[in-house]
Amino acid sequence: MFKQIIKGMATTLKYGFSKPITMQWPEEQKPVMPRHRGRHILHRYDNGLEKCIGCELCAGACPVGCIYVGSAENDPANPVSPGERFAERYEINLMRCIFCGYCAEACPTEAITLGPRYDLADYRRERTVVTKEDLLEAWPKFERGKTGHLRGAGGDQRENPKETGPGISPKVAWEPMTNRTHEAPLPGEQGISKDVPSVIDPPSEDDR
Amino acid sequence: MMLASFIDSAKDFLFNSFGGATVGEGGDPILVFVVKLVIALLGLTTVAAYLTWAERKIAARIQLRLGPNRVGPFGLMQPLADAIKLMFKENTAPAGRDKFLFLVGPCLAGGAAIFAFATIPLSAVNHGVQGSYDFHWSLAHLNVGLLFILAVTSLGVYSLFLGGWSANSKYSLLGGLRSSAQLISYEMAVAFALIGTVILAGSLDLEKIVEAQGRSAWFIVMQPLAFLLYFTGALAETNRAPFDLPEAETELVAGYHTEYSSMRFGFYFLGEYINVFTVCAIATTLFLGGWLPIVPFLSFIPGVFWFLGKVIVLVMIIMWIRWTLPRLRYDRLMSFGWKVMLPLGLLNIIITGAVVAFQAA
Repeated sequence: MFKQIIKGMATTLKYGFSKPITMQWPEEQKPVMPRHRGRHILHRYDNGLEKCIGCELCAGACPVGCIYVGSAENDPANPVSPGERFAERYEINLMRCIFCGYCAEACPTEAITLGPRYDLADYRRERTVVTKEDLLEAWPKFERGKTGHLRGAGGDQRENPKETGPGISPKVAWEPMTNRTHEAPLPGEQGISKDVPSVIDPPSEDDR
Repeated sequence: MMLASFIDSAKDFLFNSFGGATVGEGGDPILVFVVKLVIALLGLTTVAAYLTWAERKIAARIQLRLGPNRVGPFGLMQPLADAIKLMFKENTAPAGRDKFLFLVGPCLAGGAAIFAFATIPLSAVNHGVQGSYDFHWSLAHLNVGLLFILAVTSLGVYSLFLGGWSANSKYSLLGGLRSSAQLISYEMAVAFALIGTVILAGSLDLEKIVEAQGRSAWFIVMQPLAFLLYFTGALAETNRAPFDLPEAETELVAGYHTEYSSMRFGFYFLGEYINVFTVCAIATTLFLGGWLPIVPFLSFIPGVFWFLGKVIVLVMIIMWIRWTLPRLRYDRLMSFGWKVMLPLGLLNIIITGAVVAFQAA
């Protein structure tokens, strides 16, 4: 009996002096996998034009019908997207979304993908319907997007960025593994606060 | 200037009224006693509060967690937050309870343990100049200190049983019965384990027992069996795992304190931890040389620190045991107490007595 007791005590002692596995979220953030299917991102071309052409194929492909696209004609002199039309409104009901990724599959211009972000809980149900302002990729050149919204996905959407709250926290740096040549905004830029650790390491060529 | 004179007058006041040379020859022993009492009470409650913190930290580390770390640095203010939380909780009580005894239970829970602590010497006696006074590092210096401890620790049973019985709830009652049976069974074994040290020291005075260990060796060397018996019995007496059947939080509702809430429950909780501390203090005094340093050349460190250090090590071992060993089944608990601990305790007394008698002859 004593042998077993001593063995057990030694085991707990060993674990007592080993490093805890607890991760101190949200101060520490765990890197997500490169193909993690979190909240959607609406991408831009390298020149800042939105990839989305407002074709509503994503809404059609969505098995739960959680996507609403309100498209409008582009002004030829000052286009928002390279196509004829663009998405004036783009809303996803995250309460319904099952993160299947069919929208990304259906998209002809690869405008929508599923991103790394997973902290989607909120105190208010209205906030779980994300709008174009929440989803659109931030773009270093534009203080405001061409549709007039402030900044983009990954940035803090509100007038006062210090009022952080759940749902749209600025703690999300967004995935840099899509085919992009420009630099992603770093912590401290574009409304992303400085103490945010990067969610994912920059991917190597093999990861793509 | 003002500060210096203030410190001087404060020193005057302290030395003349509390610890000073006048005690025992016309000073104010009652004042000394009251000050000691306040320090001991506050100290013990603080220690108990921080033992809950230590327990949670140790449990967390053993389970690869971090433990409380949000309230203050390293979560050190957690006990305070817990106390505030407990005080503001609703103080529910069952309707058919015995109102007086329902209050007495929680009071006794901590009370018995604090009583027992009263006679434990934290350090050697300070003799004044030419032996003009004796400053004892215990609340009350009794020449039958050990007997007193054995007597008052038995009071702890009343807190469990009264708490269980007065609530007028069958769960509490059954829990109280289990606890009382367990405590009474293990009290015998604990008492027998302690007798060996009394035979060796030739006195029931705790200070003399420690001094005897200074002359020979710590009694854990000469009485290893008794130490093991005492330590095991102490775990059972403080309702700690693996003998925490009265509470058995993962199996039963809560045992004897099922119907207690708010700060009344807090007192039981506090009592348990004061009890743990007291039991470790007794073990330190009787088996680990009390205030004596491990090696003589370290004796420049004051005895109080040696004493508290040893107690803390024992407390940590008790917590370590709690998060390692599984709970005993009830019938095995009883048979272990009566059929293993008690005979071994008697055997220890016989052997110790025989050896001492043989040496004397």
